[in-house]
Amino acid sequence: MTVLPTTAGPLPDRMTAVTLVSYLGSVPPVDEVAAAERVAALSKRSIKRESKLAALEMAVRMMDLTTLEGQDTPGKVRQLAAKAIRPDPVDPSVPSVAAVCVYPNLVPIAREALQGSGVRVASVATYFPSGQAPTDLKVEEARRVVEMGADEVDMVIDRGAFLSGRYLEVYDEIRAVREACQGAHLKVILETGELGTLDAVRRASMLAMAAGADFIKTSTGKVTPAATLPVTLVMLEAIRDFHALTGRKVGMKPAGGIRTAKEAIRYLVVLYETLGGEWMTPDLFRFGASSLLNDVLMQIRWVKTGRYQSADYFTLP
Amino acid sequence: MRMEPASVDHRGELAPLDWEYVPSREAADLVEIQPRYGLFIDGEFTEPASGDWFPTINPATEETLAEVARADATDVDRAVTAARAAFTSWSKTDPAERAKILFRIARMIQERSREFAVLETLDGGKPIKESRDVDLPLVAAHFFYYAGWADKLEYAFPGLRPRPVGVAGQVIPWNFPLLMLAWKVAPALATGNTVLLKPAETTPLSALHFAALAVEAGLPPGVLNIVTGAGDTGEAVVTHPEVDKVAFTGSTEVGKLIQRRLAGTGKRLTLELGGKGAHIIFEDAPVDQAIEGVINGIFFNQGHVCCAGSRLFIQESIAEPFLEKLKARLRTLRVGDPLDKNTDVGAINSAAQLAKIEELVRSGSRGGRRAVPTGLSPARPGVLVPAHPVHRGVAEPPDRPGGDLRARPCRCSPSAPPDEAVEKANNTPYGLAAGVWTSKGSRILWMADRIRSGVVWANTYIRFDPELPVRRVQGVGLRPGGGTSRAASLSGDAPMSRLDVRKTYKLYIGGEFPRSESGRSYPVARPDGTVAARVARASRKDLRDAVRAARRAFPWMGGPHRLQPWPDPLPGGRDGGGPRGDLRRPAPGVRRWPAGRPGGGDPQHRPSRLVRRMV
Repeated sequence: MTVLPTTAGPLPDRMTAVTLVSYLGSVPPVDEVAAAERVAALSKRSIKRESKLAALEMAVRMMDLTTLEGQDTPGKVRQLAAKAIRPDPVDPSVPSVAAVCVYPNLVPIAREALQGSGVRVASVATYFPSGQAPTDLKVEEARRVVEMGADEVDMVIDRGAFLSGRYLEVYDEIRAVREACQGAHLKVILETGELGTLDAVRRASMLAMAAGADFIKTSTGKVTPAATLPVTLVMLEAIRDFHALTGRKVGMKPAGGIRTAKEAIRYLVVLYETLGGEWMTPDLFRFGASSLLNDVLMQIRWVKTGRYQSADYFTLP
Repeated sequence: MRMEPASVDHRGELAPLDWEYVPSREAADLVEIQPRYGLFIDGEFTEPASGDWFPTINPATEETLAEVARADATDVDRAVTAARAAFTSWSKTDPAERAKILFRIARMIQERSREFAVLETLDGGKPIKESRDVDLPLVAAHFFYYAGWADKLEYAFPGLRPRPVGVAGQVIPWNFPLLMLAWKVAPALATGNTVLLKPAETTPLSALHFAALAVEAGLPPGVLNIVTGAGDTGEAVVTHPEVDKVAFTGSTEVGKLIQRRLAGTGKRLTLELGGKGAHIIFEDAPVDQAIEGVINGIFFNQGHVCCAGSRLFIQESIAEPFLEKLKARLRTLRVGDPLDKNTDVGAINSAAQLAKIEELVRSGSRGGRRAVPTGLSPARPGVLVPAHPVHRGVAEPPDRPGGDLRARPCRCSPSAPPDEAVEKANNTPYGLAAGVWTSKGSRILWMADRIRSGVVWANTYIRFDPELPVRRVQGVGLRPGGGTSRAASLSGDAPMSRLDVRKTYKLYIGGEFPRSESGRSYPVARPDGTVAARVARASRKDLRDAVRAARRAFPWMGGPHRLQPWPDPLPGGRDGGGPRGDLRRPAPGVRRWPAGRPGGGDPQHRPSRLVRRMV
């Protein structure tokens, strides 16, 4: 039985099996059809002119420019870093992106390339993307990437444990990784494409936030579907409920599959109409993407000049 | 060791974006409004006998849009005579032929949907997003649906032979002007009846434009007649002795009056009257979606909905947090210019209606009730929008008969679990619609059995499609027997090839024939001035899609020796790191089409610089 919590207040410092079950029991169910209808309605918002330009520039500021491939090289990462600092070389008014997200081995390269730029270094950790490893190894990996210079850590939850109902294990693991981060920003990836239902997404969101996530993130990008609007809506609603319950603001990061400026604006509309303007900052919302950036730049130039320019006029990341 | 963080922490430096949507206004000039509209009788627009005209206004600006004829008893008599005369041939027309005309109307509505959506918003005040996304698609769907029935009636009711009734007199309200027309006119015409329709006094324009469309679609003269005017015109329509079937949608008071007037005349009557939908929220409801349902239930079309969910019962254990959430959600509703594509709540239909609502809000605030401030207020002077409060009642009294209003404040009260909720929901003289929100399937069925209501929606609200078996089960002529004349033979022998199917030519983009994204088309005339066909009017977006499609086909155009394989779009994006595009060279001489959907070109995946320079 679900009963909406009526009183706000801090969560227990460390949850036990009993407190965790009662906490997760208060998470309301989600109607998938109605959630899809809501995002479909919000997708019809018509964002034009100044509003569009503001949204596109905000989307650049919110971007975690990402490369997570076996073939990544230092050269590739340096090039990505240059793009991150100055996304559009011919238009200096376009801001830098929020962060560059790489695998652990490339953190020192990214760190060096981004020195003094204001762009942060994010690294995936905890045996990304599967997370199928013993907890102590995952915690050790998180500690190491922070020592190597990562400002932000993107961890994955143990979906195997979550799906088999071992919630306390997932909770304790996030707590342990959080401690290992030594203050670095922690983003918790739920990998919603593997969770199956929006009910599970909402429960996993509440679990990750209770365990101390600074951000909750949809996907690794290695699983299809990655970020979708209904999943993002449900996670944003969880963030809103968690804020009402504890007073803590948690950030949101949809990642994977967002490729066009139009889609990015839809995410911002859902954000704006669910959590309000307070969350419209890179401190509380990020896009995990790579090919999105150039499409946003093309649109920015279109809004500014009234002309579409071909992709030849934009540097490759 | 931990390296010194080199990057500047930009937290706190960037203030959250103060975002506002700039107005995104649909062009009002998409529709050509004439200065004056006559009465549509026997296939022509004619002057009223009285020479009397009245203005119809845009409620958002209170500007006069056009003058419309006021029909009196003489005009109504003329229209009924035309309908009666047309009935003789229309009722005997091959049902496949009737279907053909209705299908044609349905398609033409789709192809001119944007124009009609703008007209509906201008004349009625509803937000363009609703007329565009709800009203017009449903109007077309109703014509498609009933067109399909026209030649299958014989098989629809085993053992019975449906016959047309005769002349149908139909009086419709102003909340969904064109959709109500479709609900009434489509089934009546499909079943071989002829129609005399009176649209509401404040919203006649879409019906009159529809009349012109029907002529273009080839509907014979007299089959559909439209007279405009106020209540006395409506009275003349329903009481005319030659009208065989009366259909009325509107207030309960008027409905009862009509019922009394028609008693003993032998006329058939269908009424669709007021409702006060009960919305029941259980503690295991999907809360955030239920909030949307409540918002939709009471604010959809400014609450101008007969089945608006205006009585809210929330299980007491979640009543407080639920109302908090509801209040927060109310603050995000966007009130304003109905033509702005981002407007959620548009203009109240008329000044008289606004006064009624305000009176109801005032009277509702008495007697121990508290009004929950909604934060809604008029967008600017002249726009008719009330601050539509939600009332919280300590006790829920039965609704006063006659208190029905097609835009009303929402009342809510906490209630104990199932039994009490059913009792309260049923404690009303109305019974049009109700909504139940719970994640327990058995409870949905249990509630649906006990609630006295035409529709019970589960975990949704105000969902319609033409098949929904409410009200229209007794639609004109779909019920056998009772008619005054024999039905025409339904066994058509006209081969389909003889049907003069009028086409709307679509665009050709990327190997497909899409309709124009703009929802617009234009007629092409024959030398004699008649319409030969309609052609899609391409918009800027269609052009963009066409250029994209052409660009995607580009390497193929270069010839086999210059062929570049086309990488498939990355499933997970580069950060997603899915498999990279297929970079294998195709075998020599093998042509490969670009993968993916035409028009969905990804700017990242284009032919190499080299290839492009060569052409």
